[in-house]
Amino acid sequence: MADYVLEMKNISKEYAGNPVLKDVTLQIRPGEIHALLGENGAGKSTLMNVLFGMPVIHATGGFSGQVLVDGEPVKIMSPMDAMNHGIGMVHQEFMLIPGFNVTENIKLNRELSKGWLFSKVFSKDLEIMDKLAMSTDARQALDSVGINISEDTLVGTLPVGYMQFVEIAREIDKKGVKLLVFDEPTAVLTESEAKQLISVMKDIASRGIAIIFITHRLDEVMMAADHITILRDGQMVAACATADVTVDRLAEKMIGRGDESLVKIEGRQSHEYGDIAMKVRDLEVEMPGETVKGIDLDIYEGEIIGIAGLAGQGKIGLPNGVMGLYPASGTVEFHGEALPLNDSKAALKSGLAMVSEDRRGVGLLLDQSIEDNIVFTAMQVHGEFLTKPFNLKNAKAIRAFAEQMIEDLDIRCFGPTQATGTLSGGNQQKVCVARALAMKPKFLFVSEPTRGIDIGAKQLVLETLAKLNREQKLTVVVVSSELQELRSICDRIAVVAEGKINCILRPDSSDAAYGLAMSGMAVTQENELWRKDAPVTKKGGEQA
Amino acid sequence: MADRKGFAENLKKYAVTYLFIAISVFFIIVSKLDMNYVCSQLLLRLNRNAFIVLALIIPIVAGMGINFAITIGAMAAQIGLLLTINWGVTGFTGILLAAGITLPLGLLFGFLIGKMLNKMKGQETIGSMILGYFANGAYQLLFLFIFGNIIPLNKNVTIVGATGVQNTLNLTGDTGLYKAVDGILALPFFTAVWILCGALAAWSVIQFIRKKYNQKKLIVNLSLSAVISLLYVFPDIRAVFDGSKGGRVITVPVITWVIILMLCVFNSLIMKTKLGQKFRAVGQNRTVANASGINVNRTRLIAIMISTVLAGWGQILFMQSEGIGTFQTYAAHEQVGLYAGAAILVGGASIDRATNWQALLGTFLFHSLFITAQNAASNLFGDSVIGEYFRAFLSYGVIALALVLYAWKGAQKRKPGNELKGAVKN
Repeated sequence: MADYVLEMKNISKEYAGNPVLKDVTLQIRPGEIHALLGENGAGKSTLMNVLFGMPVIHATGGFSGQVLVDGEPVKIMSPMDAMNHGIGMVHQEFMLIPGFNVTENIKLNRELSKGWLFSKVFSKDLEIMDKLAMSTDARQALDSVGINISEDTLVGTLPVGYMQFVEIAREIDKKGVKLLVFDEPTAVLTESEAKQLISVMKDIASRGIAIIFITHRLDEVMMAADHITILRDGQMVAACATADVTVDRLAEKMIGRGDESLVKIEGRQSHEYGDIAMKVRDLEVEMPGETVKGIDLDIYEGEIIGIAGLAGQGKIGLPNGVMGLYPASGTVEFHGEALPLNDSKAALKSGLAMVSEDRRGVGLLLDQSIEDNIVFTAMQVHGEFLTKPFNLKNAKAIRAFAEQMIEDLDIRCFGPTQATGTLSGGNQQKVCVARALAMKPKFLFVSEPTRGIDIGAKQLVLETLAKLNREQKLTVVVVSSELQELRSICDRIAVVAEGKINCILRPDSSDAAYGLAMSGMAVTQENELWRKDAPVTKKGGEQA
Repeated sequence: MADRKGFAENLKKYAVTYLFIAISVFFIIVSKLDMNYVCSQLLLRLNRNAFIVLALIIPIVAGMGINFAITIGAMAAQIGLLLTINWGVTGFTGILLAAGITLPLGLLFGFLIGKMLNKMKGQETIGSMILGYFANGAYQLLFLFIFGNIIPLNKNVTIVGATGVQNTLNLTGDTGLYKAVDGILALPFFTAVWILCGALAAWSVIQFIRKKYNQKKLIVNLSLSAVISLLYVFPDIRAVFDGSKGGRVITVPVITWVIILMLCVFNSLIMKTKLGQKFRAVGQNRTVANASGINVNRTRLIAIMISTVLAGWGQILFMQSEGIGTFQTYAAHEQVGLYAGAAILVGGASIDRATNWQALLGTFLFHSLFITAQNAASNLFGDSVIGEYFRAFLSYGVIALALVLYAWKGAQKRKPGNELKGAVKN
């Protein structure tokens, strides 16, 4: 018997020259719960894709390194191979069919069946299913998970929390399973369900099945895991026993970039806030995958505020909800006046503008020229760049404005008539910014401004935002998954967890504070700038 | 309250079916047609068309929508029939030969269709329709040019003085293919009904003894068979079917119906196999099916291949029974997909859900309208051409309505929070 049920040794993987995993080693002992921690993009999913032999890995040139199961080197080329080696996955997005009952889901594609004449002549696929044996097996699996639902219930009628247990029961039911991967299993569960899940996990582990527990909730890691591996930027930064670390240490390791700043911006000496520009209360946004569950936030005139948080926690839902791109409820006041929700045109008319995170989908008309893209919204919403009386396009004004923008924002292109689809990511982003500016906004949302663009372009975009803020007193809300860039330009950073603002931190708050805040835990006082329940005072920058 | 709500839901879900029932009844009354005529026509059309409509079920369950490419299966059958006539094989043997030729052709065509549809997931309905039109061109090339020129044919099936297959082929006379299945065993209507009711009663008792049926179900089934059998005692009802008060004696082509019932059994049996479970899984959610190791493309391919072959056989059953025994070489297949698709939708099926009963009911309703439309229109508007217009309008209208309803339901489902709930209601 080998020491480890699974060893992934020196795994490296790159996508088109971009290294996403660098020499990562993961060792799992039999019957242990092993937590795998990391921010978005740290490489957790890629590592699991390697483990399960997902097509995305093999279609992009494979990986380097070695995978050993029970000490034997193995080649896993497909999820089927992984299953045959006794590795199972409990998915974050439920892999269940709502119209099937619990038994059918547990036994999906592993149905028990009896042969008869036709199946013997033609194919095993024609064997008749043995419903009785199937439900007996399903009952057993459900019992071992300790859940008391009928195996005949349609899965679609179950509460969400129960579906997770059905998934687990399915994996348990697979014969010879040695290792289960739980991908963010508690993300959709209530607190009590999460507790039950963790006790089920411990129970499973005690029967000798190892568990890889992927999560961002540090308290659960401390509660459940025996060992912890932390990834950051595709590298393994720590592997240790849970007993040897503290939560603060974990949080710090996860974030761990210190103060290295992306751009040099003159820091503001005092946080002199003006009036409240936007007051958000009880905002709920139904954006798939980024649900906002009640945000309260005051945004002051002339500041740059960052919205940080892990993917799926709802930070992107905030600007999309306020701008009316996804169904929202709650109240938003803009300069003291109520802003109608679910009405993009009203939002744009009132002087808000947004640079969307979905640059190629929502942000740009890819086949159209740069100049048309820049003036499009202003033309539609404010009726600018048009000549009377027939509202034809004023080509001259458009060209002049576009050329001005190309110069100001340093958009690298052949000229204002080039199609935006042929520009590089960074320059496309600048066109998006230019379009927002053409609206002459008083208030700008910028969502994931540096996603998918190279480092040089990142700096330019960030510097542009800072410059606009300083020179034109534009209020800017930057939503970003990259904490580093928020910390380099923002005055305050609100951290979103589970669809709510957990706390507001200073740009120079410690890594540990950010790590804890992102996983939804309380942060110590000295790191905080503002807390939801603390009294809000004007010019209150130094209150904490 | 709960009942009323359930009824409202039901009404909404099967709106098209209820609408058609209402229109059918209205048309039958307005058309002032003799019931004997209506019933004989209806029975005839049911046994002609039911098989093809039933061939649509498997692809629907497998999530591929309405397979309008069954037109191509019909073409395969027509190739089979042409060769049968050409070689002079007659009677039931001829039908078997045609079916035998249809099998490999249908599998091959189905394979190609399936390959194509796998490349346009989500657009199968329109994709298969266009494939049908495209295949029509290839079919004409084959029948006008290749047959006769490259593949030699007998003189009696080619156009006199030119190349290509004749416009109409004769199934009667020497070829003996006309009614080759229907004519084997034809029983008077009530004799057939008695046999059916007897079989139902016997089956119910057996199931009761095997403890598959409870007492309530047994009683319901037994009394249902008894009531239907005893309808014979009412002279007015009897007269509709035995022609004793004028009209024709309505007979039931037993073998054809046995074949149709066999397909029903096949459809429900295959859903109980592992393959059937794959169809259902793939139909409900491709991602989940794929994650559990089901080869989604292969499963869809099998569904379409089965459907294409079945549609071909259905077309043979149709042709041997149709009209006065002529085979419209270049037109017989054209409306197959449209009419079958409309019929199954009328029966209450949707783009992603269909059963044997829906197929049979749909065929029944759709054709009762077809029979009565012309007379109803001439009685109502004094112009029978409007009836013709009605037929086309209805078939396309039903399909459009079904597609819109499906898209609308999909939009409801995509609203956050509704995803899982909505899927179950379907």
